[in-house]
Parts: sequence; structure tokens; C-alpha cells
Amino acid sequence: MKSLAGTGGLIRLILRRDRVVLPLWIVLLVAISVSYVQEYGDLFPTPESRVKYASNAGFITLYGELSGPSLGEFVTWRLGFVPVMVGLISLLTIIRHTRVEEETGRRELLGATVVGRHAQLAAALITVLGANLVLAVLLALGMHSQDLPLAGSVAIGIVYAGTGWLFAAIGAVAAQLTASAGAARGIAIGVLGGAYVLRAAGDTSAHTDGPLAWLSYLSPIAWAQRIHPYADNRWWLAVVLLAATVLLVITAVSLAVRRDVGAGLLPDRLGPTDGTLGSPLALAWRLHRGLLAAWTVGFALLGLLFGGVAEGVGDMMRDDPGIQEMFQRMGGAAGLIDSFLAGVMMLVGLIASAYAVQATLRMRVEESSGRVEPVLATATSRWQWAASHLVFSLLGPAVALLAAGVAEGLAYGAAIGDVGGQLPRLVGAALTQLPAVWVLAAIAIAIFGFFPQASMASWAGPTVCILIGLVSAGVSTADWIRDISPFTHLPSLPGGSVSAGPLIVLLAIAVVVGLAGLVGLRRRDLPA
Amino acid sequence: MPAAISTEGLVKRFGRTHALDGLDLTVRTGEVHGFLGPNGAGKTTTIRILLGMTRSDEGKAVVLDGDPWTDATELHRRLAYVPGDVTLWPNLSGGEAIDLLGRMRGGVDKKRKAELLERFDLDPRKKARAYSKGNRQKVALVAAFASDVELLLLDEPTSGLDPLMEEVFREVVQEISDRDGRTVLLSSHILSEVEALCDRVTIIRAGRAVESGTLNELRHLTRTSIQAELVGPMDGLAQLTGVHDLKTIDGRVQFDVDTDEINPVLRRLTEIGVRSLVSQPPSLEELFLRLYEPEAVR
Repeated sequence: MKSLAGTGGLIRLILRRDRVVLPLWIVLLVAISVSYVQEYGDLFPTPESRVKYASNAGFITLYGELSGPSLGEFVTWRLGFVPVMVGLISLLTIIRHTRVEEETGRRELLGATVVGRHAQLAAALITVLGANLVLAVLLALGMHSQDLPLAGSVAIGIVYAGTGWLFAAIGAVAAQLTASAGAARGIAIGVLGGAYVLRAAGDTSAHTDGPLAWLSYLSPIAWAQRIHPYADNRWWLAVVLLAATVLLVITAVSLAVRRDVGAGLLPDRLGPTDGTLGSPLALAWRLHRGLLAAWTVGFALLGLLFGGVAEGVGDMMRDDPGIQEMFQRMGGAAGLIDSFLAGVMMLVGLIASAYAVQATLRMRVEESSGRVEPVLATATSRWQWAASHLVFSLLGPAVALLAAGVAEGLAYGAAIGDVGGQLPRLVGAALTQLPAVWVLAAIAIAIFGFFPQASMASWAGPTVCILIGLVSAGVSTADWIRDISPFTHLPSLPGGSVSAGPLIVLLAIAVVVGLAGLVGLRRRDLPA
Repeated sequence: MPAAISTEGLVKRFGRTHALDGLDLTVRTGEVHGFLGPNGAGKTTTIRILLGMTRSDEGKAVVLDGDPWTDATELHRRLAYVPGDVTLWPNLSGGEAIDLLGRMRGGVDKKRKAELLERFDLDPRKKARAYSKGNRQKVALVAAFASDVELLLLDEPTSGLDPLMEEVFREVVQEISDRDGRTVLLSSHILSEVEALCDRVTIIRAGRAVESGTLNELRHLTRTSIQAELVGPMDGLAQLTGVHDLKTIDGRVQFDVDTDEINPVLRRLTEIGVRSLVSQPPSLEELFLRLYEPEAVR
């Protein structure tokens, strides 16, 4: 086992580097999942209400088929998207501790010490698989503490961990294929997205007795889901997931021995001899275009999904005062479907603010990587450089929101036969989120301008707003807490009344805070 | 002719550490000026101040008659910079990065770029992530040398280059200095490079210039090492100015003497009577080692 020498030390290194992030996502995912038991138990106290809620075609596309009407089954179904997130986090973590290490050259530094050929991959896998195991145990305990049966609670833990394991292994394979971490992430996330789409298409087809139900059987996400916790607890599917994980890990290891450190199996293509880029904006476009395209496609898909389910949600809410109350707390508008759509718009706006912060922090990435120095040593001023990035962090979310609004308008409009009427309403509603998104972007600019080392704190903005949004949708919340979030001050659209006052105030805050940040950037050392 | 770069009493603090502690630096127009000092002496901080990326806490800096902080953009049209550790955008090819930096400075001379790529033996089609450290360094060098500028700021530009490429680097610097009359500030650790290229040098330690001048001037600051077998007792030798580290080994005296003070010392030695004498000439290495030491005995 010489090839594994040093694995223990590397595991300690990974744990040291991820000592905040790793426990954070475990605790957060467990807490959110466990909180659903109480919340959805109150909202849907009867088996009939649960079955009715879950039989909507849109929800079946999103979460799959409900296995049975008990509270445990219902909560598991409603949490159907969380295992996908576990898979995403797992594969990203694997790639970060394998391919990123190689790309940056740190692997070489460590590899020259007494560290075996497979130690890095083994350490990353052991850490991520172990983290998933901890997640599963905590989740099982948490669910059981909410008076759900023990066997089912263990099973839902296995659903989460099994998905996490499998996609960690897929991340490990992807990390062997390309020299660039970005491309490896693309491949692994593509597989995850493909698995999700297969499951969504198969389950939707099955619901309508269509011919494509078999597609689900190709999707590892569907395998995990069909363990059916709290129903028949099919343990043998857990064995299938484990076997697939083992196979993928063996594949990753056998690929790893066929390549050099730092190299990928897929060749790097050559680029052009001469460049056409000649301005800060052109460079920023090159750096941001992938991010912009990914978010825009994602937002369009979100819009299609929410637009598609809106009508069914409206039908269901008419019979259910609990849900009505929830969406009215979120949206506050009169019409039921409108209040659903308004709640969805706020959610889309919150996600857009995460994109805005991510795009703004690209400036910090450029700074800390040292790439900003050669640029600023040319005739490019700091204003021009910052402006070229801010075009994308401010207008990028606008493009993404526009895509969401158009897709939602088309999907909902087509469902009720009124595209001409719904499209402008929903596009308008989507774009109304922008002032609040820009406030959070401006805060990120200010932090980057004045406290560059603390740039990551910018994520607190979207995180706090999303938490306020989630909590205030579930339970009534003190006004002063809700008022912290700029999204609280937006008009509830579609359906609500619009007054210009709050929008202008939010825009003014965004402009003042953002400009202050730029002044800070002009005055400070760069790089700092 | 006015100086291309002049600084007076530059001070830069990062928290409690003084990166620069009253730095004076003058680079005359048209000269290749060597900028030497141990790691952490403040060379990179100085260059960043000259580029307007870092603002000095005290003191004054003038670059090409402008203020590097307020006139940064205009000045950068007239200067080029090569960092010691070049990072590039991983998905841009070397050629794209060179053209990008050149255009943002005000234009690329295609012919000159092709010539430099040839001389530095660099494949511009490779993506930056596929380049070794030396090749990334070459990208920055080609981008800087291909631009039509008055001043080049080179921060340990040859780190990672092989000896062959270092030779090419020296040729190119000599050309742009002799033929085009450009000014170069060259921060370096490589003494042979400094000796071959630089008209004048400034040595900094702990954020201060400790010596500045031509290499010949600096040679006078060196010490000659002398071993002698004497006829009589070595009375009064230790009291002479310029004599250091005097000791006796097997009846022979051994000491270092400041090169400026060598005449009176030799006179005293012949007064005592010399049986045999070995003297070692001053070397720049010794000078630099002595100046680099934290508590230089000077």
C-alpha cells in the first residue's frame, strides 16, 4: 500500500482547510431537512391533502412520485431536491481537493514528499464519503427525533449519503479526464444534471402513462429516491448505489495510473496565435461569459418549471387555507396563482443575488490570483477595470432574470392560453427584483473596495436574505427582521400594487453604496 | 536630462511591519539600473508604488515626470511591467494574452512580437495553463518588449528562465537600451546579470537604500583579504582604520582591509617586514553578501 502513503496527513490537511465549510453544509442540510417535518406536518395534516398536493404534474417533474401518504414519505418526497444538492456539493468538494490541487501545482509540492500516487484521491474520497456518512447519521437521528420511524429515518439518511457517494465518485472520475478543474466540474455537473433530467422525464412520463418511464431507471438520482424511506425501505437499492460507487472509484484509480500528474486524459486544445481581445470589457466578457450562459440557462429552466406548475398549485391552494396563508405571507397578493408566482419571483430574485455576488467577487479572484497586476500596469484605470466586471455583475443578473420571466410567462401563458397577457406581466415581475439584487451586489462592491481580505463576507447578503425569505414563508416573523432584507421592500408582483418609492430608495442605496465601494477601491492598495 | 524615476523618503507600512523605511531611488533616463536586495527588502513594494498600485504612506515618487498614483493610466502608456511571478488567464492562449496586454497599453507591433516569439522560442498557441513558469515569464517579457515604451519595470524577470533564454533576455535588454535608448529598472538576484547589464545599481535592505552608484564605485566599498607572514611583531596593525577581523593563525596574520584604506596598511606591513604575502581581490559577491546581511558590519 505504498501508493497510499501519506493519506492520513492529507485527510488532516483537507479537514483543516474545510473545517468551516464541511460542518456548515452538513448541519445546514440536516437542519433544513428536519425542520420540514414540523412545517409540512402542520401545513398538510391529512393524508388526502398530501396526496393531492403531490399529484400535480409540475411537482412530479420536480420531485418525482410520492411513495405513500404518511408524513415521513411526504417529507422525503418534498425534500427530493436535497439529495441532488448533496451530490453537487460532494462532487465539487472532490474536484476541489484533487484536480484544483493539481492545476495550481500544490499537488506537486506535496507529491514530492512521502505521499503515494493515489493518496490525494484517496484522502479526498475518504473525507467526502465520511462527511456523507456523518450527514446520514445526523439526519437519521434528527428525523427519528421528530417521531418518525427509525428504519425509515435510516433509509432517508442512506438516500442522501448514497447520492453523495455516487456523485463524489463521478467527480473523482471527471477529475482524471481534463487538465482544467473548470472542465472537470463541467463534466461532473453535466452528469448530475443529466441524471436529474432523466429522472424528471421518466417520472413525468410514468405519471401520464407515457412510453418513457424507463428513463428513470438510468438515473442514479432515481435509484436513491426509489429506496422509498418510510414506505418499504428497499435496502437492496442502497447496495446498488454502493456497488456503483465502488465501480466508479475503481475506474477513477485505473484512469489515474494512466496519466501524469497535472495532465488530463483528454488533450488540451491549442489556442490562436494572435488575440482579438483588446480592452478590459473584452477580457471581462471572456471571463464572465461561461458564468452568464450557465445562470441564464438555469434561470430559464427555473422559469419553465415554476410557470408550468403554477396553474396546478392554484387549483390545490383553493382547497387549502394553510398553503394559501404561506404564499400570502411570501407574496401578499390577492389572487392565489399570482401570490404563488410572486413568491416564486422573490425566490428567483434571491438566487439572482447569489449570481450578482459571485460575479462581483470575480474581481477579487483576479486580484488574489495576481492577474490584475499586468492589466493595471497597462493604460487601464482601476475604474475601467472595475466597470468592465460590474457590467456583468449588474447586468448579468438582469439577463438571467429576464430569461426566467420570459420562460415563466411562456410556460404559464401556454398553460392557461394567455401568452400575450402573462408574458409582459411576468417579465415585469422578474425585472422588478433588480433593485434588491443590486443592493446586495453593491454591498459586495463596498466590501471588496474597503475590506478586500473579507470579500467572502459578501455571501452573507444573499444568505441572510434567503434565510429571512425561507423562515418568514414558514412562520410569522417580526417585521424588523423581515425589513432587513431588501427583497421585503419590493412590490409583490405579479398582482400587487406598485409604488415607486421603495424601488427608488433601493436603487439610491445601491448607487451610493456601490460608488462608495469604488472610491474605496480607487484609494486602497491593489493587490492587497 | 531629468531622472526617469526618483523617489525621496518613501515609507510604506503594512500593519506594524515597515516594508519601506525612507527609500531614496534615482534612475537616470536611458540607463539600465540594477535594483538589488535580499528577499523581503521591499523591492516589489517599491515597484508597485512606482506603478500606482500601492500608495506610499510618506515620501514622494516621480515617474516620467508624473505622479504614479494620480497619473497612473497616462503613465502606463509609456511604461511596461514584468512581474516576477506571472499568472495568466488559464483559458487564454499565450498569443492572446500578449495581444491583450499590448492593446490595452496602446498597440502591438506585430513584427516585433513575431521576432521576439522566435527569439524566446515560445509557442503562442498553447493555453496559459499548459505553460511552465519559464514560459509564462516569457509571455510577460514578450508583451513588455514588444510595446513601444520609454521605461521598463522588470521585477526579477528571469526567474524560471533557462540559461539560454537568460542570454536572449540580456541581448534584448542591451538592444533596447543601446539602440532605442529606453530606461530599465531591473530588480534581480543574479549578479552576473546585473554586472552584464546595469550602468548603476541601488542596493536596498529593510526598506532603505544602503548603497547606490556604478559598479566601479561600489567595488571601492569592498574589502581586500590579506594573509601575511611577518618578520616582527604586529604592533599597531589592529588600530589602523579599515582593518577588520584580524587574527593570527600559525604565526601568520590574516585580516580584511577596506579597499580605500589599503595603502597605509601596506606601508605599515612593510615597516614591520614581510616574509610572504597573499592578497585576494575584492569580489562583488562579498560586497553583496555583506550588504545583504541583517546587521551589516560596516
